[in-house]
Amino acid sequence: MADTHIRASADALLRAPASARGPRDPAAIIRWTLLAMGAIVMVMPIVYMLSASFKYPYEMYNLNIIPKEPTAENYAYVLSDGRFYRWFANSFFVATCTTVSAVFFDALVGYALCKFRFRGRLIVFIAILSTLMIPTEMLVIPWYLMSRSFGWLDTYWGIMFPGMMTAFGTFLMKQFFETVPDDFLEAARIDGLNEFQIWWSVALPMVTPALSALAIFIFLGNWTAFIWPLIVTNSQELYTLPVGLTTFSVEQTVDWELIMTGAALATIPTLIVFLIFQRYIIRGIAMAGLKG
Amino acid sequence: MKFYRNLSISQKQVVWAWGFLALPVLFYVVIRFYPTADAIVLSFQKWNMLGIRQWAGFDNYIKLYNDPVFWKVFRNTFVYLILGTPASLVISFAIAYHLDKVRFLHSTLRALYFLPFLTSTVAMAWVWRWFYQPVPIGLFNNFIASLGFQQIAFLNSTTNALPSILLPAIWAGLGFQIIIFMAGLRAIPTSFYEAARIDGVSNWTILREITLPLLKPTIVFLVVFSSISFLRIFDQVFNMTTNNPGGPLDSTKPLVLMIYQTAFSSFDMGYAAAQTVVLFSILLIVSLLQLYLMRDR
Repeated sequence: MADTHIRASADALLRAPASARGPRDPAAIIRWTLLAMGAIVMVMPIVYMLSASFKYPYEMYNLNIIPKEPTAENYAYVLSDGRFYRWFANSFFVATCTTVSAVFFDALVGYALCKFRFRGRLIVFIAILSTLMIPTEMLVIPWYLMSRSFGWLDTYWGIMFPGMMTAFGTFLMKQFFETVPDDFLEAARIDGLNEFQIWWSVALPMVTPALSALAIFIFLGNWTAFIWPLIVTNSQELYTLPVGLTTFSVEQTVDWELIMTGAALATIPTLIVFLIFQRYIIRGIAMAGLKG
Repeated sequence: MKFYRNLSISQKQVVWAWGFLALPVLFYVVIRFYPTADAIVLSFQKWNMLGIRQWAGFDNYIKLYNDPVFWKVFRNTFVYLILGTPASLVISFAIAYHLDKVRFLHSTLRALYFLPFLTSTVAMAWVWRWFYQPVPIGLFNNFIASLGFQQIAFLNSTTNALPSILLPAIWAGLGFQIIIFMAGLRAIPTSFYEAARIDGVSNWTILREITLPLLKPTIVFLVVFSSISFLRIFDQVFNMTTNNPGGPLDSTKPLVLMIYQTAFSSFDMGYAAAQTVVLFSILLIVSLLQLYLMRDR
């Protein structure tokens, strides 16, 4: 089946390639060296950002990566007014709420569209799927007008409401629920569970890899979301990290070591999470991407 | 409750189905369909956020057609797409193809390539902006100057600014595309390769005759995914040109930035809505093209 096939190939990503030639083959050595050089180039911007955040201004524009005189003063300065903590907390709160909501509802709708037989099922599915083609940028103006009339401007709810459900996630979950055999659900039905209980305690546990893949994808999307939070928030207390970082960087104008420290503060948490959950994240992205 | 108990199993399922779907259907109608309709209606109206909306017929579209800035922006948007999509796909495929054959430190290399995808676009826009600064600030120009060459005006030049902004956008997306390509490559059954090897076919022919054709769904997906993201480019441009958004002389301004400025700086809501309808039409064509190409298979 197509779905088990996708999961298998996403899992296969985590194993080392099967057919690799011996390490002494000169072509393989050249290939590895070029790939390693490419990988170093890829992370260079991140490395220089981190390095600059530990430098004094006088050293800032040298090409050396390890500072001669490392300092934490930039971090102390950037964190001193407390705004970064606030923006970090805002981003975390907003991304967590939208992720929980979107994963819950996408799984609920995906399940209903996959496992229930009722009139109108196809229409609902096509209608939801068709919203994939509507770009956020088209909706921000009406959303803004809506938020203005309902008093949602400059509130957490205002930042969150557009992402509470996603068509992409619904489609992804519907595909994965196809892999859950109907016999299991039927057995639970005979045991006297109601449909919500069947969904929650029988079907959901069988698609946990898909749920975590979707959660990673949605969390990342909301964590880095920029244009809507920029439009809907006015006061700095409500800014998310990307919007706050823009404001902060514009304020600093020429103090590039402080801008780099701000950028590093916005990046380090994701890097740490990635290093811990690397396998899951890569597999999740591959799974979500292959389905999309 | 008694009413429910008297229903047949399939009737109960219908009740449950709509119970599951009630809130989501409401959400999609109110937060997706109504705003879409509202944007289309607004594109035929004139409104500056004060007073009432007034019907304007096709005025906004006519204004758009006669607006030289719009055509410049339209061109820029497609330059982002036409340079960005092929470049990012070729680079990511080349890396994925070779990374797939490497065993030593495989997962470390893969992690390094993937890392930029997880960074915040805004943070990285500022990092690259720093790199692009003139001597003595920017790293690129410091490096170029230390080799004895003349420095390059990256973000201050009307010709160089767009590619300079595009480069970090390509860089940030590579990790994702590499992972998807590698997953696609792993999905090809090894028996195909074994058969080809027995026949003594060259690596180049295997790549052209087996790998690429079997990878078509992955390629179509990535072409559409990256096309859409380049057509919607905003974060990088906004952050790398904050002193003069879309500058110099609108040479880097994409459609989404024009929409943002028209709506939230000039408050010309009807005109901005007409621009969003144009964006929507372009993305719709790209999506339909994907459906068409996928059906072909």
